[in-house]
Amino acid sequence: MIPARFTYQRASSVDEALAAVAEHGDDAKLLAGGQSLLPLMKLRFAAPELIVDIGPLDELRYVRLDGDELAVGAMTRHHDLQHDAVLAEHAPVLAQVAASVGDPQIRHRGTIGGSLVHADPAADLPAAVLALDGTLIARGPSGERRIPAAEFFQGPFETPLAPEELLTEIRVPVQDGLGWGFEKFTRRALDWAIVGVVVAGRSVALVNMGGTPLRASAVEAALARGASAAEAASVAAEGTSPADEPHATVEYREHLARVLTERALVSAGVS
Amino acid sequence: MSIVGTRVVRIEDHQLITRGGTYVEDLRVEALTGAVHAMFVRSPVAHARVTVDASAALDAPGVVAVYTAADLDLAPHKAGPVVEPWLADGVVRYVGEPVALVLTEERYQLADAAELVDVDYDPLDVVASIDAALTGETVLFPDQGTNVLQAGDGEFDDAAFAGCEVVLSHTILNQRVAPAPLEVRGAACAWGEDGRLTLWLSTQNAQISRATVAKGLGVEAADVRVVTPDVGGGFGAKIGTDPESVVLGWASKRSGRAIRWVETRSENLVSMTHGRAQQNTVTIGGRRDGTVLAFRLEVVQDAGAYPRTMFLPTLTELMATGVYHFPKVETSNRAVVTNTTPIAAYRGAGRPEATAAIERAMDLFAAEIGMDPAEVRRVNFIRPDEFPYSSPTGATYDTGEYAKALDQVLEAAGYADLRAEQARRREAGDPVALGLGLATYVEITGGDSGGESGKITVNPDGSVTAWTGSSPHGQGLDSTLAMLLSDQLGVPMDRITIRHGDTDEVPRAIGTFGSRSLQLGGSALRQAADQVIEQARALAADRLEASPDDLELSEGVFGVRGAPASGGVTWAQIAEQTDLTADVWFGDGSPTFPFGAHLAVVEVDTLTGKVVLKRIIACDDAGPVVNPLAFQGQRHGGLGQGAAQALLEVMNYDADGNPTTATLADYSFISAPELPDFELVDSETPTTRNLLGVKGIGEAATIGSTPAVHNAVVDALSHLGVRHLDMPTTPLRVWQALTEARKAN
Amino acid sequence: MKVSIEINGTTVSEEVEDRTLLVHFVREQAGLTATNIGCDTTSCGACTVLLDGESVKSCTVLAAQADGHAVTTLEGLHGDEGDLHPLQRAFREEHGLQCGFCTPGMIMASVSLLEGNPKPTRQEVRDGLEGNLCRCTGYHNIVNAVMNASGQEVQR
Repeated sequence: MIPARFTYQRASSVDEALAAVAEHGDDAKLLAGGQSLLPLMKLRFAAPELIVDIGPLDELRYVRLDGDELAVGAMTRHHDLQHDAVLAEHAPVLAQVAASVGDPQIRHRGTIGGSLVHADPAADLPAAVLALDGTLIARGPSGERRIPAAEFFQGPFETPLAPEELLTEIRVPVQDGLGWGFEKFTRRALDWAIVGVVVAGRSVALVNMGGTPLRASAVEAALARGASAAEAASVAAEGTSPADEPHATVEYREHLARVLTERALVSAGVS
Repeated sequence: MSIVGTRVVRIEDHQLITRGGTYVEDLRVEALTGAVHAMFVRSPVAHARVTVDASAALDAPGVVAVYTAADLDLAPHKAGPVVEPWLADGVVRYVGEPVALVLTEERYQLADAAELVDVDYDPLDVVASIDAALTGETVLFPDQGTNVLQAGDGEFDDAAFAGCEVVLSHTILNQRVAPAPLEVRGAACAWGEDGRLTLWLSTQNAQISRATVAKGLGVEAADVRVVTPDVGGGFGAKIGTDPESVVLGWASKRSGRAIRWVETRSENLVSMTHGRAQQNTVTIGGRRDGTVLAFRLEVVQDAGAYPRTMFLPTLTELMATGVYHFPKVETSNRAVVTNTTPIAAYRGAGRPEATAAIERAMDLFAAEIGMDPAEVRRVNFIRPDEFPYSSPTGATYDTGEYAKALDQVLEAAGYADLRAEQARRREAGDPVALGLGLATYVEITGGDSGGESGKITVNPDGSVTAWTGSSPHGQGLDSTLAMLLSDQLGVPMDRITIRHGDTDEVPRAIGTFGSRSLQLGGSALRQAADQVIEQARALAADRLEASPDDLELSEGVFGVRGAPASGGVTWAQIAEQTDLTADVWFGDGSPTFPFGAHLAVVEVDTLTGKVVLKRIIACDDAGPVVNPLAFQGQRHGGLGQGAAQALLEVMNYDADGNPTTATLADYSFISAPELPDFELVDSETPTTRNLLGVKGIGEAATIGSTPAVHNAVVDALSHLGVRHLDMPTTPLRVWQALTEARKAN
Repeated sequence: MKVSIEINGTTVSEEVEDRTLLVHFVREQAGLTATNIGCDTTSCGACTVLLDGESVKSCTVLAAQADGHAVTTLEGLHGDEGDLHPLQRAFREEHGLQCGFCTPGMIMASVSLLEGNPKPTRQEVRDGLEGNLCRCTGYHNIVNAVMNASGQEVQR
């Protein structure tokens, strides 16, 4: 399949990228690694008139320790996250989640920023950043703004970013000494999660249990009360609204959320 | 020492691993210079009245032509008792049905132009399943008056089950799957100045394709040349050719342009024929000592929207009783049309469905009487002294050692230890359940009994060219045939060229399907080589002034037996003087019956329903093995594909006839992490039904592995009250089965 | 737009539509047809090539994105003398291919896999090839080929 026609423009700086999208608004799309956008364009589910390629922006590829936060450049690829020593030390859950995205070829191209901005409810990284209480930093014509992950995922494929804004960085608190767990349930290795669970310390986020990644608030509240992993996990489906699909009914997803939450909590050291 | 039976790396591989194959999309031949590109506009709805307006598309950049049914002047084409339109003519009957053909100068213009073809779909009621078809509420072809377009009603008499201590019935779904060869369908065509059409086609049978295309176009077969480039897998779905090829040939003539066509994967998954799609009801009765006394199989085939291939359900009936000697047997078949992609052959084609039904039935029976499934099978096997065995459904099995195959597999697997481990886990309440699944099978290869062509020429330099009517597409047959000829003629393999797949070079042939190639195509070349040897022997005898009877052929030299000093005559010496050619039709090969036993070991996470295939131990006996490398490769592929059907794969439709698994992101094509290493057990029981003593191996392992894995999943859950669940045994299905079993208890 | 890509050591510069996919640039502009297209959803991996040494699915990269970068395809793995890359040799020795359609992508994905993990376990090979589908082999001999190429023991 071939995308509909568009004009390709390469950005050599963030400012250049911002200028290009500012001019074209809704008709323009930023292209990061392209592993979500290009498949949509090939199937003609998306047909932007202008593609602004931010692939060359190597200044947005980094993982840095900054006080008690980790700063991750939005153009950092899944493969980089998977093998990053700083991340492995200070937020291993993020490295682990990145390692489960797509397949090796996709991880060589796909970026964390691209995944977050795409906001697919079945994607793993949005839930991870949500569990980590991350902050997303975007730049636009009126400067920089910081958006908490909890406010970033507004609906399926829906974020508060304006077309003329660019996600530049993701910041997450260091996780030193905190337990973590990640469970991704798929039929095949290369599939999207039917349900996923990310545990970071005592924070729990769910993949594909609604139109956005969700915090499992009932689980977190139970943990705060000193509940066991099994007790806390038993309320994992509360407040969720998973999709009913041929390969995964609502009841099944709710059941999986409970089972996987318990497993992820146990991995995270909750007994 | 003979190379036959030794592990020889393939002569096909050098190109494939260095420059890649030359598949139809890779062709850079002169006749295709300046070819236009083709794309079919396909229906996105399952059943509707259609009107097409191509005018906007005609104005799009690069558009050469847009053709619809109104343009075509071809004679109607029958599929079974009904007409299947070349392009939708007033009504579409499945998602994926071709509605119009777009030709553009550049490939990238195709999708742009296709989007502009304005098709109005006025929805009709949809028949999306076998059950919906059988109600007859909506009839797809009103002039037929019914959706049941084939019925072979057996005579059923419940008295057959009199005297049984146990009788049970079950309906078993053999789900619809997509063959999904990695290379999708593709073709290229051009009419020559001589008025002949050349069609380059990704097919398993150039000659059958030529007949289909010539008939469709209303021209003589001699006016069509079909050339088969490298083919990226077929699995039965590239037997012959589909209506698209006829439309392309017609469009090439009408437009006066050469055409290239390659479908997309998303088109392929809805418009290449699907496989399986049977609903089978088994009734099995017998004694508590394990003896089965009576068996009944009622086959209902979902034929899809157009009944292109009607032999599948009857082949299922033919193989209904498998490896067992049952005193009383009854079968019936019906085929119904539905608003879904047409069904045709897929690796095994009719036999996997038979094996799945009987092997599930044997496990249901074993569970009912509380006997180990291995033991129940052993009690009912056809014994070695019963061969040739005439089955009650009309097959005559050649040779078999069914108990031996089973015993070898149980031994290799450590069956007793596995059962002990299973008991231990059950005792301990382990949430990860262990399941053991058996399938013992027999299948029929070369079942069409149509024979095959073979031709050999010894060239003046002593090299050999052989033409086979078989048409390999991944099986490595070039290497296998070259090994046989090298052994027989004493000519090194690298001096032997195998040619196939071009109707001008091999005008008469049947091709590759039904695991027929080695037993028929190989036998034909054996026969041709024998004839060439006899021709050469006479000529060599003259030169050596000896009696032909005293000559022997050794390492490519004819010499006088026992008198090495008298010198010898080489192939080159004879061939440079005389034309050495033999052209044969091997027509007396009757079907053979490969058999085997498979044991699958699965772990099922009873909390999530996830099944992991841990081991599969397989004995596949197809007689003497020419090249163990290729033989094992065929078994590996069959095991993977068969396991995939049991575990994951299904082509699903919703109630409106919309496919929900229409891309490779949704269709659960199995990948490497889902499969274990395969454990192969060797066994060779020859047949007397062809010159090589061989049986086919292309489909055997697919046939055995599906029910073995399926049975293993049910076995893992049996202590929790699950008696049966349909394939694929996805996590959701397993969890639902467990939930229902819990409720029932 | 004008796109220049160094493919197997030779720079190919061509004027193409902006929307041109890398796989089509490789096949049509560079004329290298080993790289195949098996799907339209970034699922099958038949189109895998190396982009700056890393495996990517060339159906999901624009030619424009590869402008100024280096691409290696199956044809670029072996030397002019016909000496095969260890993976090419191993795929043949271990019968890691049948119809050959997935093979170019499978070999390129394997090159990248061994680059990152020179002595993988069998399970790591399976997991590392999750993005490459094969319909013929059941993967057993593909795993054997990668093990062989990495100098490890193979179970036949």
